[in-house]
Amino acid sequence: MTFSPQLEAKLEKLINSYPAGRRKSALIPMLMFTQDEVGSVTPELVNEVAKRIGIPPVQVDEVVTYYSMLHKKPMGKYHVQVCTNISCLLWDADKLYEHACHKLGLGHKEVSPDGLISLEEVECMGACSWAPAVQVNYDFHHHVTAEKFDEIIEALKKTKTQ
Amino acid sequence: MADLVNLTINGVAIQAPAGTLLIDAAKKVGIEIPAFCYYEGYSLQAACRMCLVEVEKMPKLQTACTLPVGEGMVVRTESDPVVKARKTTLEFLLTNHPLDCPVCDKGGECELQDMVFRYGAGESRFTEMKHHVDEKQWSPVVFYDGPRCILCYRCVRVCNEGMGVGALGIVNRGVNSEIAPSHGDHLECDECGMCIDICPVGALTSGTYRYKTRPWEMKHVGTICTFCSNGCKTTLGVRDQQIVRGNNRDRSGINDEFLCVKGRYAFDFVESPERLTSPMMKVNGQLQEVSWAKALAAVAAKFSEVKGRGGKFGVVGSTKTTNEENFYLQKFVREGLGTNNIDHHRSGDLVTLIDALAGRENALASVGDVYNAKAALVIGTDLSQEHPLLAFQLRANYRHHNSNIYMVTKGPVREDAVAVAAVRAEAGQEIAALDQLREQLSKESELLVLFGGSVKGEAVRKLVAFADSLGIAKIKYICLVDYSNSRGALDMGLLPDLGPGYKPVDKAGLSLPQMMAATDLDVLWVVGANPLARYQLASKPFVVVQEMFLTETAKAADVVLPASNAYEKSGTVTNVTGEVQKLHVAGKTMGTKPDLEIIGLIAKEMKINAGVWSSNAVFEEIRKAVRGYNIPLPIIATGQAAQTSPLNGRVPVASAPELIQPAGNTLFTSGSLGRYSKKLTSVLEYPGQLYRP
Repeated sequence: MTFSPQLEAKLEKLINSYPAGRRKSALIPMLMFTQDEVGSVTPELVNEVAKRIGIPPVQVDEVVTYYSMLHKKPMGKYHVQVCTNISCLLWDADKLYEHACHKLGLGHKEVSPDGLISLEEVECMGACSWAPAVQVNYDFHHHVTAEKFDEIIEALKKTKTQ
Repeated sequence: MADLVNLTINGVAIQAPAGTLLIDAAKKVGIEIPAFCYYEGYSLQAACRMCLVEVEKMPKLQTACTLPVGEGMVVRTESDPVVKARKTTLEFLLTNHPLDCPVCDKGGECELQDMVFRYGAGESRFTEMKHHVDEKQWSPVVFYDGPRCILCYRCVRVCNEGMGVGALGIVNRGVNSEIAPSHGDHLECDECGMCIDICPVGALTSGTYRYKTRPWEMKHVGTICTFCSNGCKTTLGVRDQQIVRGNNRDRSGINDEFLCVKGRYAFDFVESPERLTSPMMKVNGQLQEVSWAKALAAVAAKFSEVKGRGGKFGVVGSTKTTNEENFYLQKFVREGLGTNNIDHHRSGDLVTLIDALAGRENALASVGDVYNAKAALVIGTDLSQEHPLLAFQLRANYRHHNSNIYMVTKGPVREDAVAVAAVRAEAGQEIAALDQLREQLSKESELLVLFGGSVKGEAVRKLVAFADSLGIAKIKYICLVDYSNSRGALDMGLLPDLGPGYKPVDKAGLSLPQMMAATDLDVLWVVGANPLARYQLASKPFVVVQEMFLTETAKAADVVLPASNAYEKSGTVTNVTGEVQKLHVAGKTMGTKPDLEIIGLIAKEMKINAGVWSSNAVFEEIRKAVRGYNIPLPIIATGQAAQTSPLNGRVPVASAPELIQPAGNTLFTSGSLGRYSKKLTSVLEYPGQLYRP
């Protein structure tokens, strides 16, 4: 399995930033970068990453299944992540997530039929000071209300028609 | 170890070396701190929270399995907070654990049961539904029952660290966590079953044993595995004369907690439908069942006739029969039949090694040395495939003592991962390649040399000379041989030119290939071997075969005598490192006889007195007659291993390297025997091809 020259260069730099014997520390960033390019963490990708780092594939799987930001199936072009951990929950994130489900007609880790938007209920993303927080791909949205959420979604939908 | 540290546990002042874990220090003075995930010899996990103890001046309860002892530490292991913590931990562990103990394989020997009985709360506050997932089969021999799992990571660690395989992991998180096999829904691994043995609960179960019996209904027979030469103790669980389980849970053998797929599962050859249970004689070219009396009379008559007219015998002994049988056989053949035409399938050049090391003391290593040696040089063998226990010990040595391991092998092997240097050399070219390691090796203070069957003849002498030239004070050797009593066959003198204890005979007889090539052979007597799988007979002798199965050789026999196997007889076997261990009878197969008795009966029919055919009586003879075998009886009688040391004189025979033909068995093959084990052949996926980079 090979990646684009830019990603290959990035991975090269990443792996070499750890001393020999500690290369498996590159696992999580490596999975995230490659997931962005491949679309999801496929079994081939698991094997490839395992080979490059020098650990058994099952150890890569352990990490993939543990973290919510790594997906074994492709998510939408815009992956909407709603945090429902404690700080966000105190600001009614559970209701926000429910609203998101209704608004998008999607459940946890489901993708819209056109592949544009997907929804996921995630664990803490470190944005507790701005709870409730929503993340779309790598962009954060703070103090999200139902109205604000709708605006975000409408903006995303518009990109399709452009 | 470093200085002693003073601490107090439950009011008792104790001392322990600095760095000792609290759980071990307590154990030393007889205080049990319960734990699931802690397992001596493997990395620390602190996952189960069962070992929480109270340590003065520490704000919270501490895990005794990860806390090293400290000067002045005051520890309480039975105080109220600790007792309460244990109760709660067990309550949590039982949240989703199904209470199917009455049908669970582990019921009765389950660590969770024992802990709950001793430390658990009487009742649970959980009223929620239990989280259930279905049981999964990962391979013909490994099953996983998720809800029973308490996520202690023992299996994951034993597979990663102990076996060097890394076939297990834990996927998902929180309440959904479960053990996952290497290939999605199935395992590709050694199939050693170490994960099953080490599992404290019934989450991992064995394909041969599951739902067959309860542990307390079995008789537990600690005997020696009959497959490879490593001599692992396998405790056979026997119910109604049927072997239903092999394990080594009591860790009483030289193999400690280790067993491979053969020792743990391959005992089922014993009840193979292909077992021979009646003597057979060839009538009109067809083998027909006859009585023992008739078969023995026919053999004795033929033997007497050939002996009477000075005809030519050829005798092939076994690498799997006991020392007593081998000794008795060669004695009867030499004294009774009056010939030295006796040989066996040789797989390692021990004879040359013994000669090259003549006069040295402590130059032959034991299995324990593989674990303790500061440096090891492994030549010409795929240790993990051919000698799984030695490979396991070598990995443990690296893990615990950071020993330096040097590999000289044909292709990449698993041990490369723990080696400081790995050199590639074709079979037979290994010695030439050693010079590349000279500089590194000469810095070692001690060295253990293990070499396979491709190092033979002059190469063995060159190897010893090379090792001597390194200037290392302490060097020990292991000459690797293939089968469970290959070493015993050599020691007992199943050789045409050497008698018991490597004493040369007056006139050397025919070697195995010479017997096969002889054009005037009158009798070929094969005891537990299958030479016709490798050779063709040049002449048409009268063939007598003692066998368990209708092998290539047995098919060609005039008389076939059904023999019992190592799990059905008593006696001793000698492993690859010369350690003698006792066999114990696990069961019997109706119609068969031990080879010792068969040989004795043939002698009796011929009216030759070859001595009593009881293994104890013959072993007494061996102790007197065989160099190095005067071992203390209490050691082997109590199920331990006694090492023999046959090194005290030259062996004045010419080396015959062409006779040494290692079988190159993998984890899933064992000469002619392996193919009769259904379990062993069912897990055979890619023999010898696994884990190659």
